[in-house]
Amino acid sequence: MSWLELGPEEWSAVRLSLRVSVWATIASLPLGILVAWVLARKSFWGKSILNGLVHLPLILPPVVTGYLLLLTFGRRGPAGAFLESCCGIVFSFRWTGAALACAVMAFPLMVRAIRLSIEAVDRRLEAAAGTLGAHPAWVFATITLPLILPGIVAGMILAFAKAMGEFGATITFVSNIPGQTQTLPSAIYTFTQVPGGEVGALRLTVVSIGIAMAALVASEVLARRISRRMDIG
Amino acid sequence: MTLSVDVRHRQGAFDLDAAFESGGRLTALFGTSGSGKTTLVNLVAGLVRPTEGRIAVDGRVLVDTAAGIVVPVHRRRIGYVFQDARLFPHLTVRRNLRYGRFFTPAGERYADESAVVDLLGIGDLLDRRPGHLSGGEKQRVAIGRALIASPRLILMDEPLASLDEARKAEILPYIERLRDETRIPIVYVSHSIAEVSRLATDVVVLSGGRVQASGPAAAVLSRPDALPVGERDESGALVDLEIVSQDDAFGLTVLRSSAGEWRLPRIGRPVGTTVRARIRARDVMIMTQAPAGISALNVLAARVEEVTPGEGTDALVTLACGTDRLLARITRRSVHALDIAAGRDVYAVVKSVSFDGGNPAYAAPRAAAPE
Repeated sequence: MSWLELGPEEWSAVRLSLRVSVWATIASLPLGILVAWVLARKSFWGKSILNGLVHLPLILPPVVTGYLLLLTFGRRGPAGAFLESCCGIVFSFRWTGAALACAVMAFPLMVRAIRLSIEAVDRRLEAAAGTLGAHPAWVFATITLPLILPGIVAGMILAFAKAMGEFGATITFVSNIPGQTQTLPSAIYTFTQVPGGEVGALRLTVVSIGIAMAALVASEVLARRISRRMDIG
Repeated sequence: MTLSVDVRHRQGAFDLDAAFESGGRLTALFGTSGSGKTTLVNLVAGLVRPTEGRIAVDGRVLVDTAAGIVVPVHRRRIGYVFQDARLFPHLTVRRNLRYGRFFTPAGERYADESAVVDLLGIGDLLDRRPGHLSGGEKQRVAIGRALIASPRLILMDEPLASLDEARKAEILPYIERLRDETRIPIVYVSHSIAEVSRLATDVVVLSGGRVQASGPAAAVLSRPDALPVGERDESGALVDLEIVSQDDAFGLTVLRSSAGEWRLPRIGRPVGTTVRARIRARDVMIMTQAPAGISALNVLAARVEEVTPGEGTDALVTLACGTDRLLARITRRSVHALDIAAGRDVYAVVKSVSFDGGNPAYAAPRAAAPE
């Protein structure tokens, strides 16, 4: 089974992909919950515009999203230039840029899952908490948030899976630099472009399948534990 | 405690315009569904903001649209027991009970958790989760949860409506204890005349979003025009009876009111206890002479106070029996034939007495008076 052993470059692609996906998922979670809550609960002018913006990466070709990110968050893009001068954050051609691209691509999936679970919350429970003296922020923290936990977990798993597989936007925005921005899909793509790379591509494919299965099993276990805790299951 | 309400509220096609004041220990908001009872308690709780008006508890203004005051729900400190318990599914019973306590200012926490748990008999449920409770248990926990938050006032919106008769009978004594043993005033929403006449010290009758009558329970419930149309047949008088002795030979209990002695099927309570009986107007007959050779046991001397011609064939006669009042529904033909008019001395024959399930001695809520 020696053909399954990963070389140092392949390991670095796996590690990078995991790091990028974890960061993309965790960093976008607070905003994801906020946007999901706004979309589920509030009605305001421009709500359908916000909804459209959130879902845009799902519909646009990933290359377009990547190119738009390059235009805005690239070194010479307005947001990129500002972030670099004020906080020293650079996205272009760094792993952080890959994480940003993955976060943007995964955002609609995360928001959708959380929004559905917020819409399923019995608002009468929140009213009851209010009559017991809880400020709306406390109601959210102690009632709403625990009740939507399964939805949050589902959203995070979906986002993580999407981030692991994200290719088009990432390669357009931050290119395909081994050790820097070469994620698992980029590495597989590179292998398929060179003669004799089939074995490497196959190795990384096996790794991809392994990670995906592990994420699915983890989400299943988590969901079961949460629902048991709440006596729903 | 005084709850004063004077509000106007429009919600779709429904229009509420209600003003009343109540200082009772348990004020019942009584009316058919759609009369505006729940809207009214939601306005008091702060879950709904009135279009216009003022609500105050003990002079503390909760809403005054003219003055621009609206106290948010979480600062009102008004407990709310919902029809559907609304326990938090992700918390144990114990944490449900303690939820409100955390938000009550330390100086205003008067409720003693263990006393409340004892009062409601929920000590064995503390470590369970709401999903594993029966309907009656859920409702008791919901009452406890509202109490432990040390509220200034407790609202109960049909807390028994979703329970079967056995569960109702299980909860009612707890609500009575709450009324009698704690100093928290209660506003109790109900469409059941049985619950209202058993529990209420004061009654506000609502109909189509308007207050039809309000005042002490005995006075309001004896006025048929104050009751919802569907319940008029149930109108009657409330009389407090004291148990004098038990007649073991015949299985009867002797009771006394200001009107005289009563004999009713055995009531399993100690001598000296006072029970509240409801005597429906249609269960009272009037005789103009002292009856002789009659099988009815409960015949009381009375004086006619008022004759009110009702709808259709009936008339309603108000009788003074000692200091109590009885109501009798008889036909207008009988009023005419017997020449029944105010001031005339007559005899009231009571055919049936109801204790509205309040008496543990009766399996059935209504007991026919023995003949």
